[in-house]
Amino acid sequence: MSFFSYAWDWVTTDANWHGPGSIPQQLVAHLGYSGLPLLLAALIAVPAGVLIGHTGRGAVFVVNVANAWRAIPTLGLLILLAVYFGFTLFTWLIPLVVLAIPPILVNVYEGVAGVDPGVKDAAKGMGMTPWQQVVKVEVPIALPLILVGLRTGAIFVVATATIAAYIGLGGLGRFIIDGLANTQYGPVAGGALLVVILALLVLGLFSLLSRLLVPAGLRGAGRDNQ
Amino acid sequence: MMWSWIPSNWSEILSLTRANAFLGIVSPLIGLAISLPLGVVAARWRWFYPPTLVVVNVIYAIPSLALFIVLIPAFGLTDTPVVIGLTVFSLCVILPNVVAGLRGVPASVKQAATAMGYGPLRRLLTVELPLATPVIIAGLRVGVVSSISLASVGQIIGVSSLGYLFIDGLQRSFPTEIYVGLFCVIVLALICDLILVGIRRALTPWASGRNRAVRPRPRWVLSAQPAAPGAGARP
Repeated sequence: MSFFSYAWDWVTTDANWHGPGSIPQQLVAHLGYSGLPLLLAALIAVPAGVLIGHTGRGAVFVVNVANAWRAIPTLGLLILLAVYFGFTLFTWLIPLVVLAIPPILVNVYEGVAGVDPGVKDAAKGMGMTPWQQVVKVEVPIALPLILVGLRTGAIFVVATATIAAYIGLGGLGRFIIDGLANTQYGPVAGGALLVVILALLVLGLFSLLSRLLVPAGLRGAGRDNQ
Repeated sequence: MMWSWIPSNWSEILSLTRANAFLGIVSPLIGLAISLPLGVVAARWRWFYPPTLVVVNVIYAIPSLALFIVLIPAFGLTDTPVVIGLTVFSLCVILPNVVAGLRGVPASVKQAATAMGYGPLRRLLTVELPLATPVIIAGLRVGVVSSISLASVGQIIGVSSLGYLFIDGLQRSFPTEIYVGLFCVIVLALICDLILVGIRRALTPWASGRNRAVRPRPRWVLSAQPAAPGAGARP
């Protein structure tokens, strides 16, 4: 039997859609476990990235942190915290927030720092205050990259929340981890399929957001990069 | 931290590090081998690239654990699902850099090569690829570092890697083992990264010293275009 037949059989089994720990419940839980850290990370990283991009201070630090960030095995970090503190809110929330910050921070920084100096001069010359320059000129121009950063962060938290099931977090990863523990491939495949679908929905959401939010005059700009 | 655990388990740590290094290095190298011809095609025939990039973006969004699981029925519970998964993810970060590197070769340089009598293949191999090397290696670095770190996730489906130290450490509530695992993964990744920097310097001697200052700002740093489309670490 192939992956899809296992996954399909499991997903279409009626019993898996009702009761505690059912598909709808874990899906909602997964959205929460991904959305909350993403929101917190964005609240920290977007203003910080705008500030660093605008002033140019701390840029080297940001770039280096972002490079080192890839080397950190998230599974190991989650497990280390679980061994010390047991399974608490902070065991999963803090690593997810901390690890979702670098991709957002770097992209926001890159976007704001990359704004054409001529455009910045023009904004200043028109008498805009620094606040107006940032809010009305630099952030809208940086928006395509800011969204790339948020998308990367979102993809990251969805995937890490799946792995965090290993230390006891709920969500779709539960089906995978519990299935593996009981050597049942059905829930493992079904859980994996749902995670993939969720990740693709997140991707679709961000592509929709970039259509809705990016100013019309900039839409061509991101294209040769994409 | 129980330091005495390290020497008494030295051979196991070493063999797990070797397994992790194999998964984390071979996969991006295969990814590079696939990316080079694909990138050449995408740089030459522009219509080929946008749809390829959409596919790359979509694949890159798939969580690694899910992708490994998807590949299990076809390849069994061996190294293969992990190697293929990591290869695909590496491809996603390397390919955009190959295209960006090749497209970044100045038209005047290509014209000069043609004027000197270089055919398309010779021009590609002796002019364009060498000039694109720094950008390609930048992508390879991202691929290698994240593959080494991601290989540990393969342990969840039972593929041997340094992830074993995490999972065993959790089951025994033994932090030393987890610290050793974290340390080995990070050091292995940093060593490979440094080796790649050394290779880049050796391959592009003209890019050293004074000229490096005038190189454009590296936009590939992290998921920033024109390089990797959404290149973050893949948990």
